[in-house]
Amino acid sequence: MIDPFWEVLRLTLQVTGLALGVAAVAGIPSGLILARSRFRGRGVVVAVIYTGMGLPPVVVGLVVYLLLSRSGILGPLAWLFTPRAMILAQIIIALPVVTGLTMAAAEAINPELSLQLRSLGANPAQEARAVLGEAQPGVLAALLAGFGAIISEVGAAMLVGGNIDGQTRVLSTAVVLETRRGNFGLALALGGALLTLAFIVNALLLRFQGSPRRLG
Amino acid sequence: MNADLVFRAKELRKDYGGAFTLGIDDLEIRRGEILALVGPTGSGKSTLLRLLHLLESPTSGTLEFEGRPVVYPAGVSIRRRITMVFQRPLLLRGSVLDNVLYGARLRGRLTPDKALSLLDSLGLGNLANAPAFPLSGGEIQRVAVARAFAIGCPVLLLDEPTANLDPAHVHGIERIIRSLREESGVTTVIVTHNLPQARRLADRVALLLDGRLIEAAEPNRFFDHPADPRTMAFLRGDMVW
Repeated sequence: MIDPFWEVLRLTLQVTGLALGVAAVAGIPSGLILARSRFRGRGVVVAVIYTGMGLPPVVVGLVVYLLLSRSGILGPLAWLFTPRAMILAQIIIALPVVTGLTMAAAEAINPELSLQLRSLGANPAQEARAVLGEAQPGVLAALLAGFGAIISEVGAAMLVGGNIDGQTRVLSTAVVLETRRGNFGLALALGGALLTLAFIVNALLLRFQGSPRRLG
Repeated sequence: MNADLVFRAKELRKDYGGAFTLGIDDLEIRRGEILALVGPTGSGKSTLLRLLHLLESPTSGTLEFEGRPVVYPAGVSIRRRITMVFQRPLLLRGSVLDNVLYGARLRGRLTPDKALSLLDSLGLGNLANAPAFPLSGGEIQRVAVARAFAIGCPVLLLDEPTANLDPAHVHGIERIIRSLREESGVTTVIVTHNLPQARRLADRVALLLDGRLIEAAEPNRFFDHPADPRTMAFLRGDMVW
């Protein structure tokens, strides 16, 4: 049981970590830009993002399944029932969460800060970095929420990954499988591992959230 | 081109939302000069500071900085020759010392000794390593002043930098402004409602009323023999606004 467990844990970390990484790289700058810009149609974009924050994972899984299936427009990629499909689905789940909460965190910052940063000599990149630094607690909360949304989701992972032993089985889908088999003890143990993993990641991020920051 | 001039404003006008806010027909500010801007609230003093900071473009007219007409948006290299202390300064997360060093670090200069000495002279030496957030309003103001002074810019724009400060700290800031001028030829434009401060600190005092420059003169003439009756009325406190 040891080897399969570690394989499931490794795949869980890999899929969730990569999905969260992509969601962070795309979502944090998008959230910052949305918070500090005004353009025609912004309200619609924000409404779409907030709606996306409540996307049911199983619906995301269904859409990604259809896109990646043989007749879907992404069918030629042959990603269905691979970790790549699971990562793609989890990015779609996490991205609106990270973007929306980053935007909310950046909007809470006094808009005059940018002017004062420029007055101190900041170029646009230094200004964005400082604003991000001020929004750091909110951005970390956005990452935690994004992580929470995907580490425990079952619907999308099951639909597009297929829960294939040694290939696409992650902790959440393993819990479902063992429950269906009647192995409640093992299912509970896997659930405990999932909770422990979530706790460790949250604790690490919260520690970072509380650490002092060097400016400039 | 006069190398002695830092700013020259000609027919400078700024409107907000189509409404006239500021109109300066002619204003020259010399290198190393301390110019005090006085006038009632809403007279355009802060707007003039923002224009001099090159962060905003005028609606019309020209502004020359160091002998060259400003092209908007002004580039970082030219903007870095000017810094400003805002009326309501904002500090960043981090320590007091980190905040004071922020502008200098952006320019690749590390001047912790200078920053610490500035903090000492403003009565904040014991707070250097403290977080910037639980500070009082007066302390935030002094940190912001130290942050601007630490950069070493040739031009300082100060928007009511000593409001809410006790007399000892007001004098401390004035002493630094004078020493920056004596030692480094720093040009300072200071907005103040403290008329005695304008008299003891400035080389020239300028009155703005309703967005117009009424009079600019050296302090003795401005306060004792103003040329414009509106200046006299303002100084007497007769003016209702």
